[in-house]
Amino acid sequence: MNAPEKAIVNDWIRVCAVDDIPRLGARVVASEHGDIALFRNAEDEVFALLDRCPHKGGPLSQGIVFGRQVACPLHNWTIGLADGQALAPDVGCTRRFDVRVENGAVILKL
Amino acid sequence: MVGNGMAGVRTLEELRKIAPDLYDITVFGAEPHANYNRILLSPVLAGEMTLKDIMLNDVDWYQATGITLHLKKKIAKIDRVARKVIADDGTEETYDRLLLATGSNPFVLPIPGKDLPGVITYRDIHDTNAMIAAAGQYKTAVVIGGGLLGLEAANGLKLRGMAVTVVHLADWLMERQLDKTAADMLQKSLEHKGLKFLLRQQTTAIHPNAEGRVAKVSFADGEEVAADLVVMAVGIKPNDELARAAGIHCTRGIVVSDTLQTFDPRIYAVGECVNHRGIAYGLVAPLFEMAKVCANHLAHMGIGRYAGSVTSTKLKVTGVDLFSAGNFQGSADTEDILLHDAIGGVYKKIVLKNDCIVGAVMVGDTGDGSWFFQMLRDKQNIADIRDHLMFGKAHLGNTGHQGQTNAAEMPDTMEVCGCNGVCKGVIVKAIKEKGLFTLDDVRKHTKASSSCGSCTELVEQILASTIGGAYAPQANKLKPMCGCTDHTHEEVRKVIREQHLLAIPDVMRFMQWRTANGCASCRPALNYYLISTWPHEARDDPQSRFINERAHANIQKDGTYSVVPRMYGGVTSAQELRRIADVVDKYQIPTVKVTGGQRIDLLGVKKADLPKVWADLDMPSGHAYAKALRTVKTCVGSEWCRFGVQNSTQMGIDLERTFAKMYAPHKVKLAVSGCPRNCAESGIKDVGVIGVDSGWEIYVAGNGGIKTEVAQFLCKVKTAEEVLEYAGAFLQMYREQARYLDRTVHWVARVGLDVVKQRVVEDAEGRKALYGRLLYALQGEPDPWRERAERKVAREEYEALTV
Ligand code: SRM
Ligand SMILES: Cc1cc2nc3c(=O)[nH]c(=O)nc-3n(C[C@H](O)[C@H](O)[C@H](O)COP(=O)(O)OP(=O)(O)OC[C@H]3O[C@@H](n4cnc5c(N)ncnc54)[C@H](O)[C@@H]3O)c2cc1C
Ligand code: SF4
Ligand code: FES
Repeated sequence: MNAPEKAIVNDWIRVCAVDDIPRLGARVVASEHGDIALFRNAEDEVFALLDRCPHKGGPLSQGIVFGRQVACPLHNWTIGLADGQALAPDVGCTRRFDVRVENGAVILKL
Repeated sequence: MVGNGMAGVRTLEELRKIAPDLYDITVFGAEPHANYNRILLSPVLAGEMTLKDIMLNDVDWYQATGITLHLKKKIAKIDRVARKVIADDGTEETYDRLLLATGSNPFVLPIPGKDLPGVITYRDIHDTNAMIAAAGQYKTAVVIGGGLLGLEAANGLKLRGMAVTVVHLADWLMERQLDKTAADMLQKSLEHKGLKFLLRQQTTAIHPNAEGRVAKVSFADGEEVAADLVVMAVGIKPNDELARAAGIHCTRGIVVSDTLQTFDPRIYAVGECVNHRGIAYGLVAPLFEMAKVCANHLAHMGIGRYAGSVTSTKLKVTGVDLFSAGNFQGSADTEDILLHDAIGGVYKKIVLKNDCIVGAVMVGDTGDGSWFFQMLRDKQNIADIRDHLMFGKAHLGNTGHQGQTNAAEMPDTMEVCGCNGVCKGVIVKAIKEKGLFTLDDVRKHTKASSSCGSCTELVEQILASTIGGAYAPQANKLKPMCGCTDHTHEEVRKVIREQHLLAIPDVMRFMQWRTANGCASCRPALNYYLISTWPHEARDDPQSRFINERAHANIQKDGTYSVVPRMYGGVTSAQELRRIADVVDKYQIPTVKVTGGQRIDLLGVKKADLPKVWADLDMPSGHAYAKALRTVKTCVGSEWCRFGVQNSTQMGIDLERTFAKMYAPHKVKLAVSGCPRNCAESGIKDVGVIGVDSGWEIYVAGNGGIKTEVAQFLCKVKTAEEVLEYAGAFLQMYREQARYLDRTVHWVARVGLDVVKQRVVEDAEGRKALYGRLLYALQGEPDPWRERAERKVAREEYEALTV
């Protein structure tokens, strides 16, 4: 079979170890979808969102992480890590990506 | 919960915030409506709003939150033994905890004719609708009672086309909130709107016409007035019948403790129905404070006591500005400051006791009401500002809204918040329609005042005039750090010091934080408090720093960064400039700009390039991104200038070299001028130094930003060493005492310059100790750029992963 070598759609890819992401912090993954922000919270849960705030495109990866939320560095909107939704009364949503942790590795679905 | 009104539902909201799943909640309300904003009945009566606009929680809210709601069911009996309540239609519900929030009932004068058709009170939607209907049908109305409620009713009926007379027993209107002068001015402006007044009149009877409807009112002196509608607004009495019948201790209200518990520990009570330390409140602000404490105890958290409230009053009659708070009459041991401009329609009286504000009344210009009220509640010493207190905050330069300082004079279309482009009309609309009560609510919903904050006072004024006495600015001293805790900044600092706490999780555990790892507002503050209290011991937590301080560069709107290297005292060299030029070429940096702080800004640097840019620049960090020492501006001084009497450039360089890398509650800016011509603008700096022939003058707590504040004279010294020591001691005191995000000006305004002078100028030993602590903290502090350029720390901060 001569499958195109470019981008295997909807594939799970190992991107890094959980410990490569600072606890209560984030790392940026450059991808063909644009920059993706990987967040790690205090409980070592990992989340993946497009690194663009629904407000004015601020890089969410640069925000402060608390609970299951991140505060955008530009104008302080709060975005839910699990669903990408802005916290009311703000409205907006940023794209989320499926991500899971296996044996200490972060595996992202693109 | 019995009583579906403002206090009760607020308690449920507070409870749901902190313990969403603890209880199955059932609510009984006697009215046919869900929870609405009772205080906005007046705008509804005046035709400015409709019922739909004033709903706070509609039926859907109860459904969505899983609360069972029984409307139009009045609880007739509490069975404390079986722990259940029984409604008038027989519905029963058992309880583990019962919350009584039954509000109050209007007081009805016990006079003949009080039950005639056309005689009503003013309490709920039903009454409001009855008044609106009557206004459509009849011509003349008499309002008995010249208090807040009576006047708002009279104004509404007048706007609906009725001829209205207000009858009042006392010598002047609102005698419990106003002195005679203020009341007379109020009366005049209401007469101007077409209302008529009969003062010192005791109503003795109401008489019917042939059809049995009200026709006239008669008084003790024999006089009579015709009336097709009579509104009784002579006061309220706490609705404690239900509790009383159940054997719960009541005296003019259900008696509650500071935890809002009644004498039956399973039963709590909040709102107008309670008697707390002998007081039954009739305004929303204290009820909301009760709600918060009550929810905390219902949630088994057991922190927080309600210790009573000081209230303030505003009248919600469009075009009439009136404010009153505290002991406005004064007494033997108080003094007054007065301003009375009868023609201009302005009257202000501030009552002082021991240099603190204890009361205030204002008519005509009430813009500073919330400022006075806040100082009153804080018991702030005003000796320092006494001479201009009366003229308010407004005459000081606030930027960003066309010089406007009085919200009442602004048209709806005028911009209030210059950062977010929010107009007055938008704010008023949001307050009314979304039921907002606090500055925070307005910030969240409209964004006004949420950025630089310079319009905060205007927004507070708009809140106060839209919701009346329901707005109470939070007393400064009691302000919790953020929603994660009830503790104040000062309490947290104290505990960190006394308990020798070294890490954020320890503070949160020790002080019982409500959230697992805080929020974007408390974490940076805690991090600062830890490292400033325990230098070289507490470990810095980069994840609790705002991105600029974590990345050591300023984030820009497009996600790139800016780089501002340090140029001590604003002095540079050919080599430095050449290196800067080379870096700009090599990394294709789009903009190079000379800053307002005498140095150079490279804008638009990609994050991944930052460590390389720093390595190539080989200059120290300018901390232009940090709550830390920024620039020390200097002038050329005695080395070159024909007027210079001191070497200001060298002084500036010395200051900057000594204090560079100093983290602080907020950014810190210094300046040194070589003579009183003051070319370095030392008069608007956190510390400004001015060379004079015989030495140096030191000024502190100036600010050139959002609100221009002129620095105040601290002292005069002779030598450059003394400048370093005094300036250092002042800065260390600020670092140890100020709240996070206070500039020096805010902190000095709170503690008073006298206290600063005592410790920095008069107490030589104390000064040396302060200075010593600062030098100790700065000892060995690394340059953050160098560390990162050498790739020693935080590599992952700058490197993206790839897939
Ligand atoms: C670069 C500069 C403007 C310029 O092009 O000249 C500047 C740029 C910013 N200023 Fe400023 N301020 C600059 C001089 C000033 C000055 C003038 C001065 O320092 O002599 C003032 C008034 C003086 C004062 O602070 O008292 C000033 C008052 C402010 C304020 C209001 C502070 C206040 O307390 O009122 C803010 C907002 C804040 O800090 O919260 C601010 C905030 C900012 C921020 C950091 C906004 C932000 O958070 O992103 C801007 C960063 C731009 C960037 O990425 O580089 N900037 N800013 C100046 C840098 C000076 C330097 O070399 O470090
Ligand atoms: C026209 C008007 C204007 C006002 N303006 C202002 C102002 O500008 N600023 C300000 O701060 N305050 C103002 N107030 C006062 C403010 O509205 C009250 O302080 C506040 O509503 C009291 O809240 P509460 O929950 O204690 O009582 P309420 O809001 O009155 O709620 C009590 C509820 O309990 C129900 N109830 C009573 N008994 C039972 C029972 N046995 N079973 C079931 N339900 C029962 C009642 O029907 C009522 O709905 C104003 C009031 C009015 C009427
Ligand atoms: S540099 Fe300062 S004044 Fe200019 S836009 Fe930014 S914050 Fe405002
Ligand atoms: S871009 Fe995120 S809050 Fe504005």
